[in-house]
Amino acid sequence: MAQAYSPGLTVTESIIIRKERILPLKGTVLVKKGDKLTSEDLVAETLLPGKVVPFNLANKLGTIPNLVKDYVKIKEGDHLKKGQIMAETKGFFGLFRNIVRSPITGEVENISSITGQLLLREPHIPLQIKAFIDGIVVDVIENEGVVIENKSAYIQGIFGIGGETTGEIIVLADSPEDSISPEAIREEHKGKIIVTGCMVTYAVIKKALKNGIKGIITGGIDDHDLKELLGYNIGVAITGHEDIGITLVVTEGFGKIKMAAKTFSLLQKFHGKKASIHGKTQIRAGVMRPEIIIPLEFKEEELKEPQNKMSILEIGTTIRVIRQPNFGLIGKVTALPEELTKVESETLVRILEAELENGKKVIIPRANVEVIES
Amino acid sequence: MVDTQPLKRIIATDCGSTTTKAILIEYVDGEYRQTVRGEAPTTVEKPLNDVTKGVINAVTELEELARLKYSDQEISFLKEDTIHITDKDEKQGVNAYVSTSSAGGGLQMMVTGVVAKMTGESAERAALGAGAIVMDLIASNDKRPNYEKIERIRQLRPDMILMAGGVDGGTTKHVAELAELVAAADPKPRLGSSYKLPVIYAGNNKARDIISDVLQEKTDLIITENIRPSLETENLGPARDKIHDLFMEHVMAQAPGYSTLMSWTVGPIDDKLVNIPIMPTPAAVGNIMQAIAKQNNIEVLGVDIGGATTDIFSVFTESFIFNRTVSANLGLSYSISNVLATAGIGEIMRWVPFSIDQSELRNMIKNKMIRPTTIPQQLEELILEQAIAKEALKYAFIQHKEFAVGLKGAQKQREIADAFAQSVSGETIVDMLSLDLLVGSGGVLSHAPRRSQSAMMLIDAFLPEGVTRLAVDSIFMMPQLGVLAEISQKAATEVFEKDCLIYLGTCVAPVGKIKPDKVALSVRIELPNGDFFEEDIKFGEMRLIPLGVGEKAKAKLSPGRGLDLGAGKNQEIETELHGGVVGIILDTRGRQPFILPEEAATRMALLKKWMRELKAYPEEILQ
Repeated sequence: MAQAYSPGLTVTESIIIRKERILPLKGTVLVKKGDKLTSEDLVAETLLPGKVVPFNLANKLGTIPNLVKDYVKIKEGDHLKKGQIMAETKGFFGLFRNIVRSPITGEVENISSITGQLLLREPHIPLQIKAFIDGIVVDVIENEGVVIENKSAYIQGIFGIGGETTGEIIVLADSPEDSISPEAIREEHKGKIIVTGCMVTYAVIKKALKNGIKGIITGGIDDHDLKELLGYNIGVAITGHEDIGITLVVTEGFGKIKMAAKTFSLLQKFHGKKASIHGKTQIRAGVMRPEIIIPLEFKEEELKEPQNKMSILEIGTTIRVIRQPNFGLIGKVTALPEELTKVESETLVRILEAELENGKKVIIPRANVEVIES
Repeated sequence: MVDTQPLKRIIATDCGSTTTKAILIEYVDGEYRQTVRGEAPTTVEKPLNDVTKGVINAVTELEELARLKYSDQEISFLKEDTIHITDKDEKQGVNAYVSTSSAGGGLQMMVTGVVAKMTGESAERAALGAGAIVMDLIASNDKRPNYEKIERIRQLRPDMILMAGGVDGGTTKHVAELAELVAAADPKPRLGSSYKLPVIYAGNNKARDIISDVLQEKTDLIITENIRPSLETENLGPARDKIHDLFMEHVMAQAPGYSTLMSWTVGPIDDKLVNIPIMPTPAAVGNIMQAIAKQNNIEVLGVDIGGATTDIFSVFTESFIFNRTVSANLGLSYSISNVLATAGIGEIMRWVPFSIDQSELRNMIKNKMIRPTTIPQQLEELILEQAIAKEALKYAFIQHKEFAVGLKGAQKQREIADAFAQSVSGETIVDMLSLDLLVGSGGVLSHAPRRSQSAMMLIDAFLPEGVTRLAVDSIFMMPQLGVLAEISQKAATEVFEKDCLIYLGTCVAPVGKIKPDKVALSVRIELPNGDFFEEDIKFGEMRLIPLGVGEKAKAKLSPGRGLDLGAGKNQEIETELHGGVVGIILDTRGRQPFILPEEAATRMALLKKWMRELKAYPEEILQ
């Protein structure tokens, strides 16, 4: 086999991006097809059902469940104000009357004469969805949301934390193998997305949080620092929901790893430009990786759905090593032998031969490289 | 199932979440053998969105390999883009096609019960036995406030809910309250909102009308027999069957391409060609394990360690009681980081015969998590991954032992006093001393570069006691064989014996702890070539005596003073030890307790000594 399929992360100067912005429950779409949006514009909203509050009415009334119906003054579907009388016993000659008032403002969902329970529901919670990227509405999914398209410079990260945010890109590192100290973050960086090179330390993140930085793009992070930041160990790679006040996009992996030259130069090229980023990562069914989307000027006719390209491994392909030894180094494939080969760990695997950027010739399991598209 | 005329050729597939694996089973010279295997990526997600494409690809590979194997271009299994089923013995077509599936995350369920340790536990057992992942158990007494339970039910979005609670004729209040909680949460099914969420009610029969009133409108309610008709009886069968039916009708029918696939799976039963339902993968594994245990009258423990989860299956006691647990967040790629969070660095490092910087190890584990398909190229990384595997297996096994307690199996009777005693004390029925066979599967066990590494992982993680055979499932064929057993028990068990398992050998380990300078095991083993192996082995040692696959050796085994090999303390046993690709492993490192030295240098020296004895790793790394 002279070539083979190998997955890799997308890093490209120009691509057509399609983003679905869908409500978790049906609601109202606020924009229409053809609308030009910026990332902050609202596209859809809905009302999430309020919290259900169970209330043991029989108990409060001091009666048995099937007598509850004799005392209630409300019915299913009624709106309630906090403190409103819900039920009342007759007492003896007007004495020892037991009055039960609503603990919340909301609605009566259910009155059960079997269990004597009331189910009350708090008011609806409004939920709004923003466009997240500048672009054009190309499709409206009725009552659910929209599809937005644009042309962007686009970088997929390998891992991230924190949700969606937007800001101007500021490259603070001098080179992809460089990292920054906390002092490099200054007042004027407030609200920006900073690029820190091969590494970000906990001290730098702390300073960034203090200075109101919205996002950090880094080659690597030490797991210990991540634990320090989150206050817990990440067990399973489902991230993006962390509420830590900043979004982190890691482009290479854990440890100190030089940022891929292409990624770094792309970020340099768009220094000062607006980007939309998120840290959502999911590594199993329905793989999701963090994204850096930098919108470009475009004409509507340019918006054509991108072809799903398969990254191909062949002689001459540029690859990056994604596991020890030589983790993070870039090389070119020099041979793709077909037969299984025993590597140092004695595992029999499909390998490739490559020449690394430092001139070293190596053999690497094919599973341990990713293709860098040129 | 009565096998009438032998089926000549059968295809069985297992549609996993990443790979669809197909095997060909043929009737050759009077016996069933697995002859060819093929695989292809599963195509249940974008861009193909049709599971049958992956099945066709895997079967096409099977077809090509069969043509090569028999140098016959006329062999074909496909016809007009579907599997060609024929009742004839000819080159074109097969006589049956069966399949299992765990694609799309398998079957995800929520269960409810009144008392968590009683009806809740029974409901959980029914769901797990049917091959589900139990996302949560909601019980009246689980200490969470009701509003939290409602929130939880709403967030989960299971494929279905199994509701148990109460014995027949008992009070109805608590089950009614649980039903009200479910109704209040108004849960939506995981795969789309175009249908109502299936809810199976298998609780107090007196509460059926109340449950119908509360849930009929909001859910697709199915009522079946009580899972716990009385405190001393458990009746899991009817609920389990309903789960399987609903899995087919709802969950599978929603997954892309499955309705077509469901029409493909057919085979002859009593000479009539009938549809053979697709089984959830773990249910099929349970099927074959029970069949093997019953057929050979043995106790079996099986484990499948994957990237995300570890499943443990066991068949124990004279009544062949089956238990299955899924440790949803213990695995070696996607969940590897959770193994670290559960076990801690220290527990992992106790299996590593060299020192490594802790932050380097943490980063290595996280990098494996975010790039789950990478392979350890360096020996050190292989040893580290195998150390992590031992901990993942150990914790999954702890969970299994905790779960395999109390009432088991359908219609098992016992006294009410036992019901309380066992549920509360949590006494496990998993008895390592009486266990006969330990089977490992999953990449790290099935594809370890040296088989002795697999043996060592199984021994260190499960700590088998007395005399135990060890095996690995070569290509994790158990799911396909489990569903195959539905049409031919004979084919399934024959292939299991001959092609599925690779026997590693037998482990002999006395139970108890004595001083290191004392003899822990005296052995006299007569090898097939007439040689004898005789030794008084001190405490804290390992020995490997080569004995090939299919070979047997007569052995006289005497435990040291105060130790037990299964016949009681200090009692000698005479038995036959089975060989395998590794051989006989004598392990006198102690059981109950098994303790590794705290001090790193002493521990590493011992690890190296044992690894060298078992020839588990190349000599250079053990210097």
